[in-house]
Amino acid sequence: MSYLVWLVPLAILMGIAALVAFLWSLRDGQYEDLDGAAARILVDEDRPIREQNA
Amino acid sequence: MGCCAPGADVAPAGRPAEEEVRLASRTLSETLMQTDLTVPAAHCGACIRAIEKALLALPGVEAARLNLSTRRVAVQWRKDGPVPPFFDALARAGYDAALYTHDQSEDDPEFGRLLRATAVAGFAAMNIMLLSVSVWSGADAETRQAFHMVSALLALPAIAYSGRIFFASAWSALKARRTNMDVPISVGILLTLALSLHDTFRNEPHAYFDAVVSLTFFLLIGRTLDHMMRRRARTAIVGLARIMPRGAVTVSADGVRDYKEVRAIVPGETLLVAPGERIPLDGTVMHGSGELDAQLVTGEAAPVAVGAGDTVSAGMLNLNASLTLRAERKAEDSFLAEMMRMMEAAEAGHSRYRRIADRAASLYSPVIHTLALAAFIGWMAATGDWHRALTVAVSVLIITCPCALGLAVPMVQVMAARRLFERGIALKDGSALERLAEIDTAVFDKTGTLTLGDLRVAASTVPKRDLATAAALAARSRHPAARAVARLDQAGEDLMVEDFAEQPGLGIEGRIGGALYRLGRPSWACAETTSASERSMSALSRDGAPLGTFSFTETPRADAKGAVHALLEHGIAVEIVSGDGAQAVAAAAHHLRIETYRAAMLPADKVARLEELRRQGRTVLMVGDGLNDAPALAAAHVSMAPGSAAEVGRNAADMVFFTGALSAVPTALATARRAAVLVRQNLALAVVYNMAVLPLALAGHLTPLIAAIAMSSSSILVVANALRLRGGEPTLRPSEQRAPKLEEVAS
Repeated sequence: MSYLVWLVPLAILMGIAALVAFLWSLRDGQYEDLDGAAARILVDEDRPIREQNA
Repeated sequence: MGCCAPGADVAPAGRPAEEEVRLASRTLSETLMQTDLTVPAAHCGACIRAIEKALLALPGVEAARLNLSTRRVAVQWRKDGPVPPFFDALARAGYDAALYTHDQSEDDPEFGRLLRATAVAGFAAMNIMLLSVSVWSGADAETRQAFHMVSALLALPAIAYSGRIFFASAWSALKARRTNMDVPISVGILLTLALSLHDTFRNEPHAYFDAVVSLTFFLLIGRTLDHMMRRRARTAIVGLARIMPRGAVTVSADGVRDYKEVRAIVPGETLLVAPGERIPLDGTVMHGSGELDAQLVTGEAAPVAVGAGDTVSAGMLNLNASLTLRAERKAEDSFLAEMMRMMEAAEAGHSRYRRIADRAASLYSPVIHTLALAAFIGWMAATGDWHRALTVAVSVLIITCPCALGLAVPMVQVMAARRLFERGIALKDGSALERLAEIDTAVFDKTGTLTLGDLRVAASTVPKRDLATAAALAARSRHPAARAVARLDQAGEDLMVEDFAEQPGLGIEGRIGGALYRLGRPSWACAETTSASERSMSALSRDGAPLGTFSFTETPRADAKGAVHALLEHGIAVEIVSGDGAQAVAAAAHHLRIETYRAAMLPADKVARLEELRRQGRTVLMVGDGLNDAPALAAAHVSMAPGSAAEVGRNAADMVFFTGALSAVPTALATARRAAVLVRQNLALAVVYNMAVLPLALAGHLTPLIAAIAMSSSSILVVANALRLRGGEPTLRPSEQRAPKLEEVAS
């Protein structure tokens, strides 16, 4: 029984952390363009090679 | 606008005019404007790159960002300069685009509230469920008590936060002495919560915290999806109002000029209308002649020639003439005001449609009330134990909870909307799907819908060597017929033309290599009159001697024939209602094998025709694009507009298709019908399922475990059934989705 005193609040705290993270990402607009985020990682800047190496 | 060259604001067919772009843009700051464009063909990382690069290269563009999920690009540009040519830049990059009009619901606070409430309820439901699992699997009395306490601590704030949505709606319904679905829901939630708290403190074996929170969670999912499918605020009337000129220059009897508000102008006054301005009031031309863009009245892109004595309607755009008018009617009686009244009436009538979900709820909720009350009274009479009776009544409320019912309709509609979106059809409102599935008649506008707005040369008797001269002359005019001739020979643009002149209503003339060429009305171009059908014919002459004639037809929209055929096969009556002349409409109807057609219809006539069909018991789909179709689009049972339509038309329609092909209409119809079948299945599933478990609750055998299983499995069943809509034929490939270019259609 005594271990539950620690484990249950811990589990709930972790749940709350996930909830806060979700609400934050929602407010941050991270769900606005799910397809675009996946594709954008492949788009890189158009810069001359020299400048990139420098 | 007065500073622009005459006709400068006549947009090429399908491209919004500069004025329209400005009107559809939002002001971001003192210097920046933002325009949203729909780019239906964007589908990959390379598209993001190509589109953003093309737009950023334009002078005046500060930022461009494509949203691949919504296939919209937001462009920020400096408002002190001219409107950057977005559409040309995107067309060069290989993408067709259309203006996207923002509606107020875009940053919808209600949607955010629902989403947050759903998240909080979901969090609480999952944690309480975890605790409940150990209670169900036989925790000892002390642990059970502790877990019930923890559950109560989680459930109370979660219900207080997430349940507000139902409580508020139920309270406002009760205040108005009505009842809605939220009343039994709120009563159920509050009763269950109170009973569970009571039992927790008395250390009873069962508490229903898991049921009440997961019930809230499922209901909120349904509510959020439903909200996504609700009608967005329609701004079609606002669009029309913006077209209406605010004032006009009047001339008094002694020649004094004065700028007056339109409302202050009385019939009989003399008005001046400069090129590029819209006619402010219905009137008669006193002096001047030239061409007017009468799209608002007839839907036709071809300019109309007017001269002294002709009557003109408010809203027509003066292309190139300096006109002096006598006002015939007051502003509130003008053609444009009449249009706005028609739209208002139509939109008010529209809101009377009751959605399937609402109808189901209104039947379902009194049944729940009665059942729960009957269970309470029955058990009270049988046992006299109020706690037992209340537990049974609460379990009846839980088990008949409309979770699955709340999910049944919006889930299908969200899936259908997504499917339509993949095919380039934007759906504004879930109820449009329900209405589309009911139609038995489709009414089409001709110009811009069945045919593209522009002309092409159907036949020419002009010798090949003179084509370049004709094209050279035509390239300098914006008249649709001239543009069709100019497309015949690209080399024409390089030829030198001297003394070029455009004679409104007659044609164009100019000197090439010393000889005077004329292209236009046969009677004007050539000394002797030739044929009678002048409207669709132009003649080319050199120094008055005829060289040959061009005859024009309209370019049919891609797959118009196939679409009409598919509709007829579905058993739908097809009809054309056009503002164009009888001859052109008959030709198009014959080409498409449509038997019923009406020509020369004014906007009011179109609405009257729809009303007539409605009285015959028909449910009508209206497909149209022009300003003149807007009242009809609003008045029809359900309506569609192509993406190239005028802003007002797009706003008035329930659906907008961005594919160039008219096959979007049968596609939408097929999806809507399939969705209607799934909705009915889902409603039946939800009700049957609830009724099947109901005896358990009435007998008092409903433990929290059974409630949890019954509730979630019925919701999952309904969602899984809705997902079946995703199957079927593969989606269109992006290359097919792209609207065909003008050249491709013309060839």
